Amino acid sequence: MKLIFEESRPGRKLGLLPECDVEKYEIKAPKRALKLHLPEMSETGISRHYTQLAKQTRGVNDGFYPLGSCTMKYNPKINEDMASLPGFTGLHPLQPADTAKGALSLMLGLKESLCEITGMDDMTLQPAAGAHGEFTGLLLIKAYHTDRKDLARTKIIVPDSAHGTNPASAHMAGFEIVNIKSNEEGCIDLDTLRSVCGPDTAGLMLTNPNTVGIFDPNIKEITDIVHAAGGLCYYDGANLNAITGIARPGDMGFDVIHLNLHKTFSTPHGGGGPGAGPVGCKSFLKKFLPWPVVERQDSEAFLSMPEKSIGTVRSFFGNFLVMVKAYTYILSLGKEGIPEASTNAVLNANYMRVKLKDKYKMAFDHTCMHEFVMTLEHEKHSLGITAMDIAKGLIDFGIHPPTMYFPLIVHEALMIEPTETESKETLDDCIDAFLKLYETALENGEKLHGAPYTSPIGRPDEVLAARSLKLKYEFEA
Amino acid sequence: MNFPAELKYTKSHEWIAFDGDTACIGITDYAQEELGDLVFANLPQAGDEVFAGEAFADVESVKAVSDIYSPVTGTVLEINEELLDHPELINEAPYDAWFVKVEGVSAQEDLLDADEYAAFVEEEKAKE
Repeated sequence: MKLIFEESRPGRKLGLLPECDVEKYEIKAPKRALKLHLPEMSETGISRHYTQLAKQTRGVNDGFYPLGSCTMKYNPKINEDMASLPGFTGLHPLQPADTAKGALSLMLGLKESLCEITGMDDMTLQPAAGAHGEFTGLLLIKAYHTDRKDLARTKIIVPDSAHGTNPASAHMAGFEIVNIKSNEEGCIDLDTLRSVCGPDTAGLMLTNPNTVGIFDPNIKEITDIVHAAGGLCYYDGANLNAITGIARPGDMGFDVIHLNLHKTFSTPHGGGGPGAGPVGCKSFLKKFLPWPVVERQDSEAFLSMPEKSIGTVRSFFGNFLVMVKAYTYILSLGKEGIPEASTNAVLNANYMRVKLKDKYKMAFDHTCMHEFVMTLEHEKHSLGITAMDIAKGLIDFGIHPPTMYFPLIVHEALMIEPTETESKETLDDCIDAFLKLYETALENGEKLHGAPYTSPIGRPDEVLAARSLKLKYEFEA
Repeated sequence: MNFPAELKYTKSHEWIAFDGDTACIGITDYAQEELGDLVFANLPQAGDEVFAGEAFADVESVKAVSDIYSPVTGTVLEINEELLDHPELINEAPYDAWFVKVEGVSAQEDLLDADEYAAFVEEEKAKE
C-alpha cells in the first residue's frame, strides 16, 4: 500500500470549514527553514488509509499470540470501560490533589493490592514500563548503598539467561555487570554465585521463574548468599504471571521488584501503547522512592514526599489510565481469581509442552511454569530448518510467532507462553500447526524457507533492514 | 572450515597475529558463521587499553549482540574503521577483517594453534 505522503495532494483537505471572516494576521516569528510537509488528505482518504494499516497489523484480538516472556494475554474490555470514565479521563495532572481524591484512592488501592501480591512494603507507580522500572529499582539499590557510605558496591550480578534489559538498565544506572553462567538446569549455579559475591556486590537481578520457564528451586539460598555478602536482590517481574497469588517475591528474599502491568495485569501490551512498571520495595528502602508516593492515613489517600527520595522518574504520576485498567483487572479477578489465572497459565504451558515434546526437543525437559523453550539446533544441522522457518510458518496458520532466538543460552530457541486466557481448542489448533510444520520440515524444507505466504509482507531482508535502515520518508526537494 | 596455520586462536573464537610486540585481532570463520550476518560492529578507540580475557568490542547480528574478547593486554594502536560502515566484511573474509591492532602487549591468554583450535571447534559442534 502507499504511504500517506505518497497519497497526499496539494490543497486536498476536509472542506467543511466556513470561509475565514476575521482579518488575517501575520505572526512575526522566524520562518521555518524547511517546509512542514504535513500530508494533505480528504477525510475519506485518511479514513481508508488508516483502516488499511489496521488490517495489516496483528494483535491478540486477531488470534493466538504465544510470545514468550511477553505475557500477551487477552485484555478484558471492562478495563477499557473503566479507563474511559469521564471522571478519570477529564483529570488534569496539575489540578490540586485535594480535587482528585478518587484518583488517589484508586492509586492507593492498586499499590496496596500489588504490595500484597508481591510481598513488598511500599511501591511507586511512576515508571512508564518494565525497563524504566528496572532502572528505577537499581537507583533505589544505589541510593541505599550510597546512603550507608558503602561506596565500594559497584557490581550487579546478572545470569546469562536474563532479559537483555537487565544488564542494560544496570549499566545505565552506573553499575558494572557481572555475568554468571547458568547450570545445566537453566538455573543459578550456587557455587558460581558464591564465587562472584563480595564487598563490591551491589546486588543481583533475577527473573523467577526464569527465562526458560523454570522456578529456581534454590531461590531462598540464592537471596541469602547475596544478602550475606551485603548486596540486595532485585526481582524482574516479567514472569510474575506464573506465580501471582501463589508465591511472593518478597517471601523469596527479594528487596526490590518491578512489575509489568501490561504483561501480568492485562493492560494492552506492544505496539508502543503506554505501559506501566511499578517498583515495589521492602520498608528499609521506602525513604528513597520517587516522589510523590501515594500513602494511606486512616481511610484517606494522600501524597507524600519520601525523606531521601531519588527524585521523580517520570512526569506527574505515571501512566494513570493504565493503572485504572490494572486495578479493574485485579478487582474483577479478586483473591480467588488471581491464583487461578496463574494456575491456568502454567497448566496451558505444560499441556502444549507435553503435546509437542515428541517432535520438538525441549531445551529443558521437565515440568515448566508459564512458558517453555524448544530448540531447533538439531533440525538446523540435519534438515537445514531453523527456528526462524518454524516461526514464520506459523503465520500461515494465523498464529503469531513465539519469541525466537531467546534466551541466548539456548540455540535456535523458540519460547512459547500461551497464557491463561486461551481455550483448549486454541492450544490444540496451535499444537496441530506446529506438528504439521514439522512434517513439512521433513518432507519439503524448501517450502518452509519461503513462509509465510499469506501475510501482507513475506520475509523481509532483516540483514538489509538492519544495515541500511530507513526511518523517514524522503521528500522531493 | 578455514583456520590459517600462521594465526593463533582463543577458545572464545578470536584469532590473533603477532608482529613483534604488536598484535592484530579478529574473529574466526567459525565465529562469524555461528553469529550469522553481522549488521553492526562496535570497536574501541585508538589509545584505549584492552585486557587479556576482557571484552574490547561487540558485534551485532540480526539475532543478538555478542562481546569480542581480547586475547592480550595492551594499548589499541589502530582500529579497522572500515568495519564500522561495512560489518559484512567480517562475514565475507574473517581473516582480512581485523578489528584492532594492539601495541605494548604485556600479557596474553592461553592461545591455541590452528590444529588445536580446529579440534576445539569440532568438540563444540559435537555438543550441539
